[in-house]
Amino acid sequence: MTNTNELEPTPVELLESKGTRVTRGQTSAAPDKFLRIEDLHVHFPTDDGLVKAVDGLTFDLEKGTTLGIVGESGSGKSVTSLAVMGLHRGTRARVSGHIWLDGEDLLQVSDEELRGLRGRKMAMIFQDPLSALHPYYTIGAQLTEAIQVHEKVSKKAAKTTVVDMLGRVGIPNPEKRYDQYPHEFSGGMRQRAMIGMALINNPELLIADEPTTALDVTVQAQILDLMRDLQAEFGSAIIMITHDLGVVAEIANDVLVMYGGRCVEYAEVDDLFHQPDHPYTWGLLSSMPRLDRLKQDRLVPVAGNPPSLINVPPGCAFNPRCAFKEFSPRPCNVDDPALLESYPKHDSRCHIPVPKRAEIFTERVAPKL
Amino acid sequence: MFYYLVRRLASVVVMLFLITGTTYALFFATPLDPAKYTCGRNCTPAILEGNRKALGYDQPPYVQYGKFVAGLFVGRDYPDNAQLRADHPEQIVHCPAPCLGYSPSQSRTINSMVADAWPISISIAIGAFVLWMIVGVGGGIIAALNRGRWPDRIIVGLALIGFSVPTFFIGLILLTFVAIKWGLLPIPRYHPFGANPIEWAQNLILPWITLACIFAASYVRLTRAYMIETMSEDYIRTAQSKGQTKWRIIFRHGLRAALTPIVTAAGLDLGGLLGGAIITESVFSLHGLGFTAVSSVTNMDLPVIVAMVMIVSAFIVLANLFVDIAYGFIDPRVKLVS
Repeated sequence: MTNTNELEPTPVELLESKGTRVTRGQTSAAPDKFLRIEDLHVHFPTDDGLVKAVDGLTFDLEKGTTLGIVGESGSGKSVTSLAVMGLHRGTRARVSGHIWLDGEDLLQVSDEELRGLRGRKMAMIFQDPLSALHPYYTIGAQLTEAIQVHEKVSKKAAKTTVVDMLGRVGIPNPEKRYDQYPHEFSGGMRQRAMIGMALINNPELLIADEPTTALDVTVQAQILDLMRDLQAEFGSAIIMITHDLGVVAEIANDVLVMYGGRCVEYAEVDDLFHQPDHPYTWGLLSSMPRLDRLKQDRLVPVAGNPPSLINVPPGCAFNPRCAFKEFSPRPCNVDDPALLESYPKHDSRCHIPVPKRAEIFTERVAPKL
Repeated sequence: MFYYLVRRLASVVVMLFLITGTTYALFFATPLDPAKYTCGRNCTPAILEGNRKALGYDQPPYVQYGKFVAGLFVGRDYPDNAQLRADHPEQIVHCPAPCLGYSPSQSRTINSMVADAWPISISIAIGAFVLWMIVGVGGGIIAALNRGRWPDRIIVGLALIGFSVPTFFIGLILLTFVAIKWGLLPIPRYHPFGANPIEWAQNLILPWITLACIFAASYVRLTRAYMIETMSEDYIRTAQSKGQTKWRIIFRHGLRAALTPIVTAAGLDLGGLLGGAIITESVFSLHGLGFTAVSSVTNMDLPVIVAMVMIVSAFIVLANLFVDIAYGFIDPRVKLVS
């Protein structure tokens, strides 16, 4: 469906006004997608009010493909990934919606079932491997634990698997490294060990929460190569959480741009880079340094600060920072735009009419990139 | 590791000299005359001077301290009088190295006093230690895992009470009710463990509870705080994301990391108590090192005071060393290098 210039609410908007924010077809029963997140809300009650960290997020993912989730700090990326892993259980967070993994709604399964899925069917790579690895156990022990939680295997057999995995993620001398502690590893090696730990049971879904943020660029490239190779080998679905569009361009098939706990743009990776359709995405692109241009204007940061998730600005959450809101036919600080399909398989959340947006991008944004 | 140990042990020795030297200095800085305490009622200046000389109090303090140190290494004779040794060798008490001194008021060497008192203090300290570690660490874990809910509040509340009620009060209440009024347990008297372990334990239950109370209370708070801290660490989330079970996460990942500061505190507390639990021993009239220390102070018995100070500080200093070494095993990030 294509958004036209009409100001009447579209059918999808009508649906939305009733609180269902759904794009690309609505599913009421278990979908045939490998992973489908539908209308996910993660709210944290705090003393200052309700923090809506994730507020109505919908996306899906097939095996063997990668979804990049992009956004600045506090946009709800990590909270989304923790929700998929079920790591909000037992905390104050209120999670609602649906997370279907292979036909099973993870928000409905028992704790014990969920525990059986964690680390086996789905696994997570954390951002800071130094704090995510236990300082008192050797790398070998921690990877072995990941196997033995799910399978009754002898220590010896587990060790063989672990040493093999450490070698596969590119850790030299894995036999020796097996008996070392996390603090004896370099940052890049730690992250490799962390990736090895996530992959040790060949998970079908791999969530990587900024796996390369703490690393320097050469190591970053190696880690991304590694993940791509491993995906080719195991056919896993990957959710890559990052604030780095470069990483997304490198590895993702689809991209979801988050802002203030919501999706503002969702597209295939080529479409997103060739025809970005949301002012926030433009901002992200303009603030990204590029080495393939001979001459580039100064980088333009996105003005202002991320929105408070307690007092989200009325209307479009991005409107206080938006440089193009004068093109909107509607009052951006009053009306909340819906997530609509601008082009086939390309959704975005903006009041500015699609042709106008295309025009703004071509004439005003693209030349400066 | 070896050089580390050598260096640390050397500093232990230096520390003990400093502590005992300071004790001597403080003792002689008081305006009281120690010889007077040995003189009794019908004191004449002649007896006083005789005693002063016999006890060596007539010599300058540094000479006395020197003799004390020498005695530690080669032993001493009391009184150290060549004439007497020649005439009446049976009147000389020999105190072999390491000689801690001789108590004129008890007419025996301090080594023999310590040999009698120490098993009592060790028995009290170790029993209480086991009790408070189980109750304190267990309670702390339960409170941490139920943070903010009623089990937490009850445990923290009890800990506050246990922490605020004085040890002598708990001791006297237990003694009065449990032992005297209700007769549930014997009035504590020390029975050697080797002779009858059951009797040993029965007699020590009340002192153990009394002493453990305040420690259990502080260990509840300590364990609770560290458990809450470690359970919010990233590596706990990693363990969850591996699919690890709840209890293994709590014990293998959470408690394992929270244990380091608890072991430190436990080592130091136990070390301090091995030198005697003054209040508990006094309440139950158990003649351990703490009791000995108190009576030596009331009698102005300098040699005993110095020996007690040295024993207590030796235990604390050694416990410190032990804890530091244990750290190297508990936390793989700690390396012991000199």
